Amino acid sequence: MSTLTALARARAAHAGRAVPITAVRHVHLSEEPLVLIPLMQAGEAAAPLAVMAGTDRDAPRLLLVAQPRNRDQRFDFLTALAELLVPYIAERREHTETVEATKNHDEWERCTDAPQLILPNPGGVEALRLLGRSARFRTVDGPYPVDPRVPLLGRYLTWFADDRAPMPGSSVCLALTSVLAQHWATGQSALEDQHLPALLSWIDPPDGMSGSEAALRAEDPDAVPPAGPSTDPAFDTGVLAPLVRAQEEARAAEDMRAVTKAEDELKAALTAQLEPTWRTMWQGIDVLRSLPAAASDLLRWQVDRGRFTDFMAGIEEGVPPQPKRPSAVAAARRLADLEAAQQSYDRTQAIDDPLVLARYRVGGEAFAGRITFVDAERQETKGKRAWPRPLVVLHTEDEVILRPGVKLASPARVNQTVRLRAVRPSETGGYEVELELQSGMGRGKTPEEGSVPLVGEERCYATFLAEQRGTRPELPESDKTPWTHGGPPWPHVPRAEDQAEDWQ
Amino acid sequence: MAMRSGRSRSEEARAVIEAVAADLLSRAHRGVIVDSPPGAGKSTLVVELSGRLAATGERVMIVAQTNEQVDDLVARLAEAHPTLIIGRLTAGDYEVPERLAPLRGPNLAFSSKLPELAAAAIVLATAAKWALVKEGEFPWAILDEAYQMRSDGLLAVAPRFADGTALFVGDPGQLDPFATVETDAWAGSPWDPSDSAVAVVRAHNPHLPVHRLPYSWRLPATAAPLVAKAFYPFTPFDAGSDLEDRSLSYAASGTSALDESLDEAAETGWSWYALPAAHTIRTDAEAVEACAALADRLVQRRATAVDRAAGYERAVTPDRIAIGTAHRDQAAAVRAALARPDRAARGLTDVTVDTANRLQGREYDVTIVLHPLSGRRDATAFHLETGRLCVLLSRHRHACVVVARAGIAELLDAHPHAEPVRLGVPVKFPDGWAAHQAVLAHLGAA
Repeated sequence: MSTLTALARARAAHAGRAVPITAVRHVHLSEEPLVLIPLMQAGEAAAPLAVMAGTDRDAPRLLLVAQPRNRDQRFDFLTALAELLVPYIAERREHTETVEATKNHDEWERCTDAPQLILPNPGGVEALRLLGRSARFRTVDGPYPVDPRVPLLGRYLTWFADDRAPMPGSSVCLALTSVLAQHWATGQSALEDQHLPALLSWIDPPDGMSGSEAALRAEDPDAVPPAGPSTDPAFDTGVLAPLVRAQEEARAAEDMRAVTKAEDELKAALTAQLEPTWRTMWQGIDVLRSLPAAASDLLRWQVDRGRFTDFMAGIEEGVPPQPKRPSAVAAARRLADLEAAQQSYDRTQAIDDPLVLARYRVGGEAFAGRITFVDAERQETKGKRAWPRPLVVLHTEDEVILRPGVKLASPARVNQTVRLRAVRPSETGGYEVELELQSGMGRGKTPEEGSVPLVGEERCYATFLAEQRGTRPELPESDKTPWTHGGPPWPHVPRAEDQAEDWQ
Repeated sequence: MAMRSGRSRSEEARAVIEAVAADLLSRAHRGVIVDSPPGAGKSTLVVELSGRLAATGERVMIVAQTNEQVDDLVARLAEAHPTLIIGRLTAGDYEVPERLAPLRGPNLAFSSKLPELAAAAIVLATAAKWALVKEGEFPWAILDEAYQMRSDGLLAVAPRFADGTALFVGDPGQLDPFATVETDAWAGSPWDPSDSAVAVVRAHNPHLPVHRLPYSWRLPATAAPLVAKAFYPFTPFDAGSDLEDRSLSYAASGTSALDESLDEAAETGWSWYALPAAHTIRTDAEAVEACAALADRLVQRRATAVDRAAGYERAVTPDRIAIGTAHRDQAAAVRAALARPDRAARGLTDVTVDTANRLQGREYDVTIVLHPLSGRRDATAFHLETGRLCVLLSRHRHACVVVARAGIAELLDAHPHAEPVRLGVPVKFPDGWAAHQAVLAHLGAA
């Protein structure tokens, strides 16, 4: 946690209300997000109990498994979930735009929209990941056939929860608590922030109540049911278990009227557990919509749309499902992707948002101030050639702990690298920082018009903006994995045993 | 005590080097691993073995982690093997450092392109640079500081020596590599790309021979037992020198608390400079001032360091002193305190002040350490990390002074080890909590 965020938390605790820590919204919000609240049964890793989902806040759909331990019912449930999700995803595949060819890429078609799932919390995303893993390797024939949409759903869920959700800057699969906590600081701990109703109480309390009071009220599971994927243990033993048992006994006795009655009661009980969260989810989305979108929002969403297009194209071309275990090479590529995405997300957030940039200023990785002196004529000569190397002095009130030689860039001109030459305490307080402009001035002997800052201009310079991007290490192909990493992976041969499962 | 089983310590260390050389030259294994405690002659081993490998007539590639480490090796290689042609593969914007400029010549070439170094018997570069090389294969490879190299970095470099034999050298007790994204997607699997290079090589090749250098030539006899016990409980090592070999003395005496602390450090090799208990911000002004003042007194009292085994008697000048911290802003605050005009006039701006990460692999006569847990309310995994404390407490040849707020023992008691245990992840011994306790107990800080 940055010093500024710690301060915001202290202020929030003092005021009894959340404090914004960003000026803009750094995640994309689709015009038609699909809200999905999964509930899982306690005691088994991937046993779904119920899902409330939909794109219309007034018409949620409830899907449930009457006996979560029954595998047939479980995969019937997944089929129903597929019926709900697949059309939503397919709709976004329909319209494409042409992306012009570049040096590294031929002309291609990109979807004009992408699906967006919004879940209450990271636990919900993890539940989807497990469901995806359990579904994507099922087969439509063999001893335990499933509906053809189940393995497809498994691949979709894996893509959302495992491929894209951990990718910094991606908005196709969001955990609402994480997104809200990214934009507001509350007076409670980070752990407490994972409880959606409490977190939202701090940010948007009901009329006549302070955030802290409302959050305290939201902690009572009887008044406000938890937002999943785990259910309240008291509900499990007091309500759920008797209803599941009644339903099972009715089935065993083949008393269809009793089955219907028991199922209706189960449905009513689960609806009562899920509906408060459903309303909270949409309240949270409304709160997020009230923030202006960041300048990079559409560019980041464009990346999501591109990845969505690639993923769908892969399925249409018949590529196999995401493997259970990556190869060493795939894992290294994935980590490089994640780190590059993190760096890019950090950069764009700081460029788009002065409150984010301020965290770096307080941390000593950036400083801001007014330009007090410019020598635009200065040059450096090496042999016969001369390069423009203008000198700039900036006066700042920020604490400057950076040392000479450090490279910096400004959000106002990110492609211009400057080198810190000296830092002197200023007579009027603060520091005088001497900077040498090294690039981003065109190719000529004199800097291009407008490429050198002017005296009186306000500028901020930060180290992380000057960090090099894009140099990817050259990794071997997977079939050339060296001995240090176990040699080439063995090709995957599907076996009948892979399908085996303790079915009943 | 200097003689054990009839062999001197240097003979024992020599035997290890010979065993490593024999394992390599036999080509019986694809790789050989050498674990080295702090200051155990790792660079000496690398320099000697590169010469012997190059003498086979086959080319050697050397991978280190930072430009500074590579340049250090270049300098030592050029000195030790003046007849060998050495190639330094560099990034495009690399500038030849001053200390290497005089060595440049027919036997030491610098280039950013590997083909231009075709004549070199030994080619050195950072792991990041080697990762960008697409072609060329080497029969021999030496990977220095391999415990600080990430698995995915090794994967990018390994094709260059895939059909040859590799030597992995490093100190297992130092800071582990890390990823800039938080992910436990691969935790415990042998393909975890953020694991250390040595861990992944051993996971996939469990039968590679592992050698261990037995003596720390840097750490004095006062320090080696503590460092070995706290950080290397299952791979013990000893000091290469005896208690009476090393001494630290002052030309001037003093009576302040600072002076008493320095006297104790000179006498016992360690001292614990305690400040009153308090919860402070990271750049605790009192602790920062204590670090700077200790360095100042050390210089004012004109300390002299003697090592009879190594045969030197020298003044502890500011450049032989280091101050180590956990965070960069702490280092910056200490640097600011040393830059006060009167201190600057005494040359204190030449004192090295850096974080543990940057002090790895460096050596000084006296070190002053701002304890990572000083003044904290919580003990996070970062501040408890074994490697961080180990680096800070193993940089000195003569004495180490630890500056800390009182209350660290209570802080440790309030924050027991709480990292999640993951399947397949080898349990790390010692964990940071235990290592911190061992250090506290030894330094009598309670």
